Amino acid sequence: MSDLESFRSATRDWLEANCPASMRLPEREEDMIGGGTRQVYRNPDAKVWLDKMAGRGWTAPAWPTEYGGGGLSSAEHGILQDEMMNIGARTPISGMGFSMIGPTLLDYGTEEQKQTHLPKIVSGEIRWCQGYSEPGAGSDLASLQTRCEDRGDFFQVNGQKIWTSGAQYADWIFTLVRTDPKASKHDGISFVLIDMAQEAVSVKPIKLISGNSPFCETFFDNARCEKFNLVGQLNRGWTVGKRLLQHERSSISGLSGGGRRGRYDALGQLPEIAKQYIGEVNGRIDSPALREDVLINQMNQRAFSLTQRRSMEESQSGGTPTFATSLFKYFGSELGKKRLEIQLELMGTQSLGWDRQSFDDLESALTRTWLRSKAGTIAGGSSEIQLNIIAKRVLGLPD
Amino acid sequence: MPLVLNEEQNMLKDAAKDFCKNNMPISQMRKLRDDKSEAGFDRDTWAQMVELGWAGITIPEDFGGLGFGYTGMGVVMEECGRTLACSPLFATAALGAGCILHGGNDEQKNELLPKVASGELLLALALEETPHHSPYGAEMAVEQAGGSYVVSGSKKFVLDGHVANKIIVVARSSGKAGDRDGLTLVLVDSGADGVGVTRTIMADSRNAANIEFSKVQGELLGEEGKGADVLDQVLDIGRILLSSEMLGGLQECFERTVEYLKVREQFGVPIGSFQALKHRAAQMFCEVELSKSVVLEALSALDESSDDVAELSSLAKARLNDTYNLVSSEGVQMHGGIGMTDEYEIGFFMKRSRVCEHALGNSAFHRDRYGVLQGY
Ligand SMILES: Cc1cc2nc3c(=O)[nH]c(=O)nc-3n(C[C@H](O)[C@H](O)[C@H](O)COP(=O)(O)OP(=O)(O)OC[C@H]3O[C@@H](n4cnc5c(N)ncnc54)[C@H](O)[C@@H]3O)c2cc1C
Ligand SMILES: Cc1cc2nc3c(=O)[nH]c(=O)nc-3n(C[C@H](O)[C@H](O)[C@H](O)COP(=O)(O)OP(=O)(O)OC[C@H]3O[C@@H](n4cnc5c(N)ncnc54)[C@H](O)[C@@H]3O)c2cc1C
Repeated sequence: MSDLESFRSATRDWLEANCPASMRLPEREEDMIGGGTRQVYRNPDAKVWLDKMAGRGWTAPAWPTEYGGGGLSSAEHGILQDEMMNIGARTPISGMGFSMIGPTLLDYGTEEQKQTHLPKIVSGEIRWCQGYSEPGAGSDLASLQTRCEDRGDFFQVNGQKIWTSGAQYADWIFTLVRTDPKASKHDGISFVLIDMAQEAVSVKPIKLISGNSPFCETFFDNARCEKFNLVGQLNRGWTVGKRLLQHERSSISGLSGGGRRGRYDALGQLPEIAKQYIGEVNGRIDSPALREDVLINQMNQRAFSLTQRRSMEESQSGGTPTFATSLFKYFGSELGKKRLEIQLELMGTQSLGWDRQSFDDLESALTRTWLRSKAGTIAGGSSEIQLNIIAKRVLGLPD
Repeated sequence: MPLVLNEEQNMLKDAAKDFCKNNMPISQMRKLRDDKSEAGFDRDTWAQMVELGWAGITIPEDFGGLGFGYTGMGVVMEECGRTLACSPLFATAALGAGCILHGGNDEQKNELLPKVASGELLLALALEETPHHSPYGAEMAVEQAGGSYVVSGSKKFVLDGHVANKIIVVARSSGKAGDRDGLTLVLVDSGADGVGVTRTIMADSRNAANIEFSKVQGELLGEEGKGADVLDQVLDIGRILLSSEMLGGLQECFERTVEYLKVREQFGVPIGSFQALKHRAAQMFCEVELSKSVVLEALSALDESSDDVAELSSLAKARLNDTYNLVSSEGVQMHGGIGMTDEYEIGFFMKRSRVCEHALGNSAFHRDRYGVLQGY
């Protein structure tokens, strides 16, 4: 047996023995685990599963073992994902620690930063959030104004962030701050890590159209940041910040492998939904127009997944992918949004219920997921911004 | 299935690129058109292509071919697509040879395939009877008389039917138009009694033919009444290889358009600085990248004879139809007035794209087929 085959069978056996039965059921939005000191484990199995996976470093399978990761090669990582898929095992934990700040620290962090922060992400002990956007700095992120001043043995931070996802559950925040107000827009920015367990950091949840409050305003009022938590050089934070955005965009589009496969799987598959709500004639969905919509979306989805795979194969075979993550961010989020619009069409008024009594689980989950999907083409750099990036960086079109 | 080319395939692609650029640039197509060439392609260039082994890329070595597989053929088709190269490669080596390889008996294979590989035999597949692709739509009758099969009826849009030496006719021995059962493939000589070929020059300056068959004697290819088993395979091969050609054409068209956006100035700036054009170009870029992936996947599926060839061929053909249509329409639009001129080449891509679109199934056909194959 080759090494990979024996890895596969050992992995399969281990998962079979260790993944609790309830962790193999489809996962709803509210079941997702983000970790951190405020995480409530309503199902105790979720904590058991997290600890077992974290024990092997398999919550961050590709990170080096010296920082608590699994140290898996990309082939092994793929096998682990396949085997988890096979038994329907849930991703034990996810969040910005895994998809954004972790990979960025691996790229740019000091040894001390990696040793301090990465193992606590792997174990689920610490949860992170992202302090980028400000009321006056959205797409034009580099115009941010949050100030950060050198106070001798520490930095002091003052200002306001907004749209900080999960800030009310997070322990630490990675943030872009202005360290040189006189320098040009991109040159006076630094990337710092701030402990949120201090009086000087406060958060205020914002309610969304979906009724949920997944994000907050975050205020820094003389907040303290230790000097060793400056990532990259002072005033060179834009470079670090952009790299993080690439990791963010890959994960939004599900490219990073660590992302959940089939974001909307819990809502069922469009063809089945169509048959259930519209009916079928001679094996075809009984509405040519809606069937066409479903087919276009499904076929685009398949072409998109193949392109994700091609991009991974291209990077594995030595070359860097010839196209940017912006393609995946743009196309993937637009596709997901469209998929939900089609599902609404298919389910009719059953897709638009608000109270949870009159509508079944799938139906009321859909209403909210549909609303939330609208953020996919705004957060992490809007679709328009991704198209600007492709036009400029990939096609070389002039400003 | 791999989605990256191996070294040999990359070398073949580079060689094909050079060959097409030097030996069959778009200017050759224009010249053939303006000279009203009888064949619609250049015989010397075809001989060189044969010399390179292209006529036999997918034909096994036992029958005189290269046995290099469909991905190999695909990269050659792609490069031919870039320069809108005119040649009998597709009709003969993809469709015709495919019918013989998958339908022929040993004797037929031994006799005919080496002749395809050596370039002396040109083939055509006579399938359509209406303006729309219909794999099982044949009404044309075939009857057995003595040892031979006799076909009567008419066929449309027979690609390269005006030059083929032999024609594979899809006829019906039982049932009615639309039935999968009852189709029979018959191989006839184009010079046989009762064959009337009318060349049809298409908008892309390539050729097809309307062919009348009046009691034409031919030989059976494959099993009587079971022609669809062969046809299904061959049509998928054809759809996937045509998609490869389209991939080349649309990339060339897209690259030329992006280049034009950088050099054409209006309002004192390059028009490529206008966001209205930038965003459309970026969206096209995404469609082009997705197109590359589906074609590669479909080609490897052919090489590995995997179960999902049929659905991948429809996935590829539908996407390539749509993307080539989009990119070539936008190509003309973004070139402004000059895009409308015959002198400028961008319009040629639009004409070619539409003919390709309707060959072997438009997008409506392939989306419907994909849905049926997936059970909805
Ligand atoms: C659900 C959600 C979660 C988020 N989570 C976080 C988070 O955790 N941390 C964080 O820091 N931020 C977060 N954000 C903020 C997000 O990054 C910003 O919303 C985003 O960058 C857009 O900024 P804006 O909202 O200020 O919109 P604006 O920049 O004001 O954009 C408004 C519209 O103008 C368009 N536009 C702007 N500039 C251009 C241009 N140059 N060309 C063409 N069109 C343009 C935009 O595409 C958009 O359609 C989140 C947002 C959402 C919706
Ligand atoms: C069939 C035909 C008949 C014609 N007849 C006449 C005639 O009788 N008399 C006459 O004087 N002219 C005539 N014209 C010329 C016609 O008016 C021009 O072709 C037209 O104004 C476009 O200019 P252009 O060709 O230079 O394209 P360009 O201006 O170079 O445009 C190229 C592309 O860039 C786009 N573009 C340009 N500027 C912007 C911008 N600011 N923002 C976004 N996109 C932009 C255009 O929409 C186009 O897609 C004719 C053209 C055609 C095709």
